[in-house]
Amino acid sequence: MNTTENNELTAYIHSVETAGMVDGPGIRYIIFFQGCSLRCKYCHNPDTWKAVGGKEMTVAELLADVKKYRSYLRFSGGGVTITGGEPFVQAEFLIELLAALQAHGIHTALDTSGYTDSYTARKALGHTDLLLLDIKSIDPDVYRNVAGVSIDATLRTLDIARALGVPVWIRFVLVPGLTDDYAHMEQMRDYLAKYPNVEKIEVLPFHKMGEYKWADMGMRYQLTDTSVPDRESLARARKILEK
Amino acid sequence: MNEFAKTPLYKAAWVGFEPGSWTREVNVRDFILKNFVPYDGDDGFLAGPTGRTKDLWEKVCKLTQIENTKGVLDAEIEKPSSVTTYGPGYIDRELEQVVGLQTDAPLKRGIMPNGGIRVIQNALKSYGYDLDTTTEETYTKLRKTHNDGVFDVYTDDMRKARSSGIITGLPDAYGRGRIIGDYRRLALYGTDYLIDQKYDELLRTDMPILDEETIRLREELNEQIRSLKDLAKMAEFYGYDVSKPATTAKEAVQWTYFAYLAATKQQDGAAMSLGRVSTFLDVYIQRDLQQGSITESEAQELIDHFVMKLRMIRFLRTPEYNQLFSGDPTWVTEVIGGMAEDGRTLVTKTSFRFLHTLYNLGPAPEPNLTVLWSINLPENFKRFCAKASIDTSSLQYENDDLMRGYWGDDYSIACCVSAMRTGKQMQFFGARANIAKVLIYAINGGRDEISGEQLGPEFAPVTGEYLEYDEVYRKFDQMLEWLSRLYINTLNVIHYMHDKYNYEALMMALHDKDILRTQACGIAGLSVVADSLSAIKYARVKAIRDERGIVVDYVVEGEYPAFGNNDERVDIIANDVVKLFMEKLQKQQTYRNSVPSLSVLTITSNVVYGKKTGATPCGRKAGEPFAPGANPMHGRDTKGAVASMASVAKLPYAYSQDGISYTFSIIPKALGKSDDERQRNLVGLMDAYFYDKGHHININVFDKETLLDAMERPELYPQLTIRVSGYAVNFIKLTREQQLDVIHRTFHERM
Repeated sequence: MNTTENNELTAYIHSVETAGMVDGPGIRYIIFFQGCSLRCKYCHNPDTWKAVGGKEMTVAELLADVKKYRSYLRFSGGGVTITGGEPFVQAEFLIELLAALQAHGIHTALDTSGYTDSYTARKALGHTDLLLLDIKSIDPDVYRNVAGVSIDATLRTLDIARALGVPVWIRFVLVPGLTDDYAHMEQMRDYLAKYPNVEKIEVLPFHKMGEYKWADMGMRYQLTDTSVPDRESLARARKILEK
Repeated sequence: MNEFAKTPLYKAAWVGFEPGSWTREVNVRDFILKNFVPYDGDDGFLAGPTGRTKDLWEKVCKLTQIENTKGVLDAEIEKPSSVTTYGPGYIDRELEQVVGLQTDAPLKRGIMPNGGIRVIQNALKSYGYDLDTTTEETYTKLRKTHNDGVFDVYTDDMRKARSSGIITGLPDAYGRGRIIGDYRRLALYGTDYLIDQKYDELLRTDMPILDEETIRLREELNEQIRSLKDLAKMAEFYGYDVSKPATTAKEAVQWTYFAYLAATKQQDGAAMSLGRVSTFLDVYIQRDLQQGSITESEAQELIDHFVMKLRMIRFLRTPEYNQLFSGDPTWVTEVIGGMAEDGRTLVTKTSFRFLHTLYNLGPAPEPNLTVLWSINLPENFKRFCAKASIDTSSLQYENDDLMRGYWGDDYSIACCVSAMRTGKQMQFFGARANIAKVLIYAINGGRDEISGEQLGPEFAPVTGEYLEYDEVYRKFDQMLEWLSRLYINTLNVIHYMHDKYNYEALMMALHDKDILRTQACGIAGLSVVADSLSAIKYARVKAIRDERGIVVDYVVEGEYPAFGNNDERVDIIANDVVKLFMEKLQKQQTYRNSVPSLSVLTITSNVVYGKKTGATPCGRKAGEPFAPGANPMHGRDTKGAVASMASVAKLPYAYSQDGISYTFSIIPKALGKSDDERQRNLVGLMDAYFYDKGHHININVFDKETLLDAMERPELYPQLTIRVSGYAVNFIKLTREQQLDVIHRTFHERM
């Protein structure tokens, strides 16, 4: 973790987007953190994987920029969504940023895979108004195949959110041939039924709009031959999962 | 005046209405405020199209299909159009609930040579018609036109500025437009009352000394009186007596339309806007509904048929004009909604009925439906507007909370963004100046970067290899000073001659005697100039000169903050440029003491302006399009739509009171996941944009794929409508170049 001359924490911020309207309620100021520990095969932002990149920013700088959009956040019932990359890679900064946003009455959403330790998760979720939790699959083997890491941390973060009463929207990406086992989806639904704080389960259809970024970075995209889900399978997945 | 109100006839027409000063004098606003019923409910009451509506619309669509292939359906070649030139014309007399055509056949275009005979000759020729030789002789030998008058006076400098494209779109060869008659007056009062008022005004001009101003005014008032008499005659052709007030909703709609129709028979102004009629008409509809004399379905039918007629307004234009403005726009702008000064919303059920025509008849570019947005509008109405925008992309929005302070609560919008108090204000339309070219002239010492000719004043050019901000800004300031004087002088010539040879008697008859006149100048290329100055200030810009010594290209070394990212460093430059230009315009002497004003609006000519403009220091290459209106340059707004809106909202309306146009395009998926979310988010966007003092926004919601498909298979998309710059067009009527420009323009599509 870096600091400025004044000992302020900084983080690598890949970019910001001021008109997010699909990552939490209302109009969202979206902060893309740099760095990710996962290597999801369908990732559409692989340019955020590296730990260093983008622009180095302090909490105060981000907060000042967010405040320029207060009318938009206020009138739409929106807020700030922190995503990445994986925000937990720069955990200390993340916690400070979430706390600062909340202290200024700004609704905070954290879009994450939940891949962190329980101490960090507890601290971050303490300042989170909405957790957007990405679950690649409920099946541990499929999860590991997709993301390259274990599902354990993700489920532990979900437990902590329940304990702290943080509302959760689950996000699940339907990838043909990779995550489209309906039995797994049913298991996931049953598993999540034990979590009263899960308000919503969103099924997102796999898309290839990030494919060019893999090529730009000189990496091989494994899903070139995978097609986007057809209407029927998407509808069926939504029927099983969406609340 | 009082006499009228007391007669049984007027008492009968106005029965059930609360009286007020509007009965004693012409005061439509007072009538509305005393009688309208605000509506905060939802769209559940709306009725679908009647059988008659469907049949009639099908007939109109068949005609427009033929028109689309031929360019024009039919055109007059002999008789100049006036209020009474043509007898009655119909589409289908049995079906039409609102009657009246501009000529004797639907979509047939009339000719109005008072503006200029050459344009008419050329337009007719390009569609395969020849102007009648007697008519031609009349307007070349016997009767001088506005166009001839202007060119008698134009100086060398004016001609040069016109041909280089530094000032363009000047209304010097056709009707100037952007004047809105208060067409409601005919319905509320009838011509007898209005003529009486005009005679009264005439009496008040009987001064001890008749100076030039008074002489002109007395002549104009008599012209106005004659045109009102003609209006009554025109209505008589259709079997209606409009010398008296309307007595029913049907008559109120018909009378209002007749007044507007008469204006479009007399004038082919660049923008022939309708005004603010919906809430006015609602008072009549409400009265009839209460009396049980009409049903909701019949009320909607009246509005549907009225709107159908407005969609059929046509003027004869040259193909070049249509290319410049993308299709065949008439700017029949109708403002809807807004708030009264007393805090009540002016939204009525008829506000909904007007928007509902987009469903009953399908989307269309005209009339140019303009919602006056206030954060205090009823939530249900906001949601319905958002829904209509998402479904049809046919609406524009303007900031009522901002404009009410300037223009009160009964203003209309002429053309795209020009607010004016209805019946109390008009403007001398002045198109726009290309300030990107002014900047290039400043750098090149007044030599045109394309022709190489000395078209501006011969100031010292910039000679250094790298551009210095202070030097460039100082020279830009000087060049702008020169341009402002030239610009206003040119407009003075144009409007002097327009008043003399092509006076809008009927439209002005529906105004008060003493009105506010503005001299409406415009800026094209604001974001190009702001980015260029920012590049010079925050990056390093190297000038590339050709063998003539003229800077023809620029290399930007490093990065600079670009307009559209809510970055103060450059947003301030954009603000300063607007202010600088406005203050220079304010110093000039204007015709008829009109008040200079300014708009940031390009219409769709941002493509054409770009073509005529060399490379700019921001890195834009020669010939590349400008951004439309006040939009940031394509692809330079990297922080998303809201940052872009925030930059535009900061532009100072106080210095740009003729309007600041912004066009926003987004794909449906980026606006939210469900219909409900999309509507809510769109409402939130507009509440915030307008709360932050944004002036105008066009909303387009569609997928790029739809547009690409429409380019390939236009026959499948006859009604595909998109908002461009203060108005809407049929996508399939755009040139291929313009279609590509729309498609390449920043589309907000983050998902």
